Amino acid sequence: MIEFKHVRKAFGRRVVLDDLDLVIPPGKITFIIGKSGEGKSVTIKNLMGLMHPDAGQIIVDGEDITRLDEEKLQVYRRKFGMLFQNAALFDSMSVGENVIFPLREHTRLPLPAMLERVEEVLTMVGLPGIQHKFPTELSTGEKKRVGLARALVTKPKFILYDEPTTGMDPLVSEMIDGLIVQVNRDVPGVSSIVISHDLKAALATAENIVMLYHGRVTLAGSPKDFRESKDPVVRQFFSGSVEGPMEFL
Amino acid sequence: MVMRTAELAVKWLGLETTERLVEIGKFFVYVGDVLNQSVRKPMRTSLVFQQLEFIGNQSLNIILITGFFTGAVFGLQIGGIFQIFKAEGLMGAATAKALTRELAPLMTGFLISGRVGSSMTAELATMRVSEQIDAMEAMGVDPVNYLVVPRFLASLAMIPLLCVVFIFIGIIGAYMTGVGIFRVDVGIFIEKMTQIVNMTDIWNGLQKAAIFAVLISLIACHYGLRASGGAKGVGIATTNSVVVSLLAILCCDVVITYVQVKF
Ligand SMILES: Nc1ncnc2c1ncn2[C@@H]1O[C@H](COP(=O)(O)OP(=O)(O)OP(=O)(O)O)[C@@H](O)[C@H]1O
Ligand SMILES: [Mg+2]
Repeated sequence: MIEFKHVRKAFGRRVVLDDLDLVIPPGKITFIIGKSGEGKSVTIKNLMGLMHPDAGQIIVDGEDITRLDEEKLQVYRRKFGMLFQNAALFDSMSVGENVIFPLREHTRLPLPAMLERVEEVLTMVGLPGIQHKFPTELSTGEKKRVGLARALVTKPKFILYDEPTTGMDPLVSEMIDGLIVQVNRDVPGVSSIVISHDLKAALATAENIVMLYHGRVTLAGSPKDFRESKDPVVRQFFSGSVEGPMEFL
Repeated sequence: MVMRTAELAVKWLGLETTERLVEIGKFFVYVGDVLNQSVRKPMRTSLVFQQLEFIGNQSLNIILITGFFTGAVFGLQIGGIFQIFKAEGLMGAATAKALTRELAPLMTGFLISGRVGSSMTAELATMRVSEQIDAMEAMGVDPVNYLVVPRFLASLAMIPLLCVVFIFIGIIGAYMTGVGIFRVDVGIFIEKMTQIVNMTDIWNGLQKAAIFAVLISLIACHYGLRASGGAKGVGIATTNSVVVSLLAILCCDVVITYVQVKF
């Protein structure tokens, strides 16, 4: 269970999160949607303690993580696996070294067990046997999938996806959406949090959707709630129209 | 109107200075963090060795070439002056003294900050702007511990060593000009040198090299970690890092030399 209470975050004068209240239920796939620059990435960076809110609390499993010091945060972050917007693979390391990295850092498994686990997660994302390749040799879609393998390898409790399908071709997008569902189903107790501006994918994949607008939650609910919503901002997001309350830069 | 402008200017300057002070404060917090983590576990020995290899490998050739020519040219200049007083025999000693106390550590510091410092900054800055450092933090690994500490320790070990190489090869350069051009007797060259250059000189030179190593690696990594804004940000961080570390080396050199000479 993750709860944001009155979270505020500004960069200089630009207020990105403004008194944000947000609840993410456990065990489900939650999509956080909003148009570009609305503060979705900032939201999850705050959640992982990579950024610190100016005010408010972020409560994860009953613990206010805004009070943790850097050392405690490092332990706290092990609950999460994160797939970054551009995969963020270490390009000085091979795929195998990338995926084994969190295991090496945080577990005392014997090496053969680690290697086996690496192969297992790479197979899960549909890329078995590419351990020796380097990130520069991979396509964007492959990088994302390796990034997902790296996020999954330590069996985290929460998996965060930052725009997992942005810039992907439809087939890869569908595959990744499928992977999100598969992971959430196959790994017991895991919660998936997906950042996206793709409302269609959200409606197809999510069990719970939170929509951010002007630093607050406009609407939170099931895909059904969203389909039936009369909120003009939600309607505009649905239609993708320029007409409406939402302004475009 | 004038009042208003003045008021705004003061406000802006105040903001600037506060921001500067905050920046400097952050730098010292970071330095404390690096020093603290350098003596704490986990020791990342393999990463330290990787960096030792990198620093040594990148710099050995340039150190050899620059060292040789610095020694040779300094020997020529000094030899020319000493010749007037018929004291060419002392040119080796004078060159060696200058090399150990000043030229070798300073030139090594400059060369390393240009070659190694810049590439450290560029590497870390690229990792920063492509979210690799965020990813590392997200996986619960402290980038200071994983990236900065090995670079810091390896610099601290390798740069004094390179300084010694510089001194050695510089003396060979001076020897070549001394014996080749000024016809100094080999025995006298060596005798005068060992008479005038003592352990204190070498120790003082190594102190400088070690302090420059600390400056170069800390500044380079600091600018790398704090880079932002894509490829352009990497370029800016790299330039700033080299300029600042050269200035820091020069300033510290004055202070260290003063302390060494006075006390
Ligand atoms: N480190 C930072 N420093 C200053 N401003 C920032 C920083 N990170 C984000 N911002 C600002 O915060 C706002 C929200 O950024 P964020 O990356 O969260 O958007 P987003 O919703 O993830 O958009 P996208 O869909 O394009 O990824 C933007 O206006 C951005 O300029
Ligand atoms: Mg984003």
